[in-house]
Amino acid sequence: MIFEAENLVVGYHKKPVTMEMNFSVAAGDFLCIVGTNGAGKSTLLKTLLGLERPVSGDIRFQVSRKEIGYLPQQNRISKNFPATAFEIVLSGRNSHRGWKPFYSAKDKSIALQNMERLNIREHADQCLRELSGGLQQRVLLARALSAGDKLLFLDEPVASLDPEATADFYKLLKTLNETGLTIVMVTHDVQDGLEYASKVLRVGRPNFFGSLEEYRARFA
Amino acid sequence: MPDLLETFVSYLQYGFVQRAFIVGVLISLCASLLGVMLVFRRFSYLGDSLSHVAFGAMAIAAALNFSDELLVMLPVTVLCAVFLLRSGNGAFIKGDASIAMISVGSLAMGYLLMNLFSKKANLSGDVCSTLFGSTSILTLSSFDTVLCATLSVLVILFFVFFYHQIFAVIFDETFAKASGVRVGNFNTIVAIVIAAVIVFAMRLVGSLLVSALIIFPTVSAMRVFKSFRGVTLFAVLLSAFCTTLGIVIAILAGTPVGSTIVGANIVVFLLCSVFRRVK
Repeated sequence: MIFEAENLVVGYHKKPVTMEMNFSVAAGDFLCIVGTNGAGKSTLLKTLLGLERPVSGDIRFQVSRKEIGYLPQQNRISKNFPATAFEIVLSGRNSHRGWKPFYSAKDKSIALQNMERLNIREHADQCLRELSGGLQQRVLLARALSAGDKLLFLDEPVASLDPEATADFYKLLKTLNETGLTIVMVTHDVQDGLEYASKVLRVGRPNFFGSLEEYRARFA
Repeated sequence: MPDLLETFVSYLQYGFVQRAFIVGVLISLCASLLGVMLVFRRFSYLGDSLSHVAFGAMAIAAALNFSDELLVMLPVTVLCAVFLLRSGNGAFIKGDASIAMISVGSLAMGYLLMNLFSKKANLSGDVCSTLFGSTSILTLSSFDTVLCATLSVLVILFFVFFYHQIFAVIFDETFAKASGVRVGNFNTIVAIVIAAVIVFAMRLVGSLLVSALIIFPTVSAMRVFKSFRGVTLFAVLLSAFCTTLGIVIAILAGTPVGSTIVGANIVVFLLCSVFRRVK
């Protein structure tokens, strides 16, 4: 078990947005969170990340915060920020740095390994705006993996990618999932996004949590 | 030319000229480090606004006949900085509007207070030198110098020690929060540092020009470098260079120190922009 949510209601400032949800994520799962706009997908993700408090109910994590990576929505990142890909990936190690003012050799080698793993090692010295959308997403993914490589949260990861880069990105996620990474992805893309999902959580009325087959049988 | 050089070397022997160089360079180093933090978070105007608050606070101090204006300026500016930097979410007034209101409000009220209560003869001269900086950089006591130097060293150490934290927070605040950084506390510390530097830097270039010291070096450095480390180091270097050059010219040509330093920054910015075009 990676984490489970019991009678969870999420919202802003104690105002509920969703109904009660019960779901759980086991090691190796690929959970897709779907739902219409305004149903509370993003709020749920923020609550899971600890950025918002649950309105009611519980979330119980079996992994520590330092084992969790997070890929935010891309439009939130400023493309003109002067930072090289390596600097960005290395900043994923920030929470592992402790009170030391500088990163250790281990932090740097983990960052480089993750860049190697996602095939962006050669772009280490380039800054974001010099890279294509797909490569930018890989840089942020490498940062997420450097922060934690057991559980990965993704928020609409393909929203700003073209179809080719999207297909590419899903393949990459599948490979990562097969090598043991547990994935929780908020997505709009019910067509292709669900293809590799093992479980689906639908936020809305009605709520649904179950396998991909069950979801397709009920909603497709 | 040799004459100029000779005059300059002879000036350098005076304690007040040496102090002006030391304090000027240290304060502008700090200001450029602030710039790195503010420009990237689209808070460029925060420095400008806080310097107007400091001006208002100084007028209050003068009206109340405080012997040391710093005692009023520092706490008031720090409070405003904390308020503005933390007011991001759920604020009553939206960010840029509240910044503009506080900025213009304190400027106007400060001038009003100075008019009503000033006992000095040359009021407009006083106001002018507070806004645009005066020769006060050349009249620093050794106590001022020690105070400024201590503050600058603290700010520089703060930046070195928290360099990676600063990068993580300004690049992506949400990600930093999600990975466990207490961003709220961090913003408060940054606000205090910013307010302190602005209050001290006002003496160098005056309250209208403080934000130039903060913004120009960072923006110029961004034209040339694309890594965060490169931009930070180059901004610091440019800032020290421009201030030194500005003070030298001001001494030799008798121009106002603050405006001359800002002028040097503008020229360097243009050169950096040309460099980017050519590259």
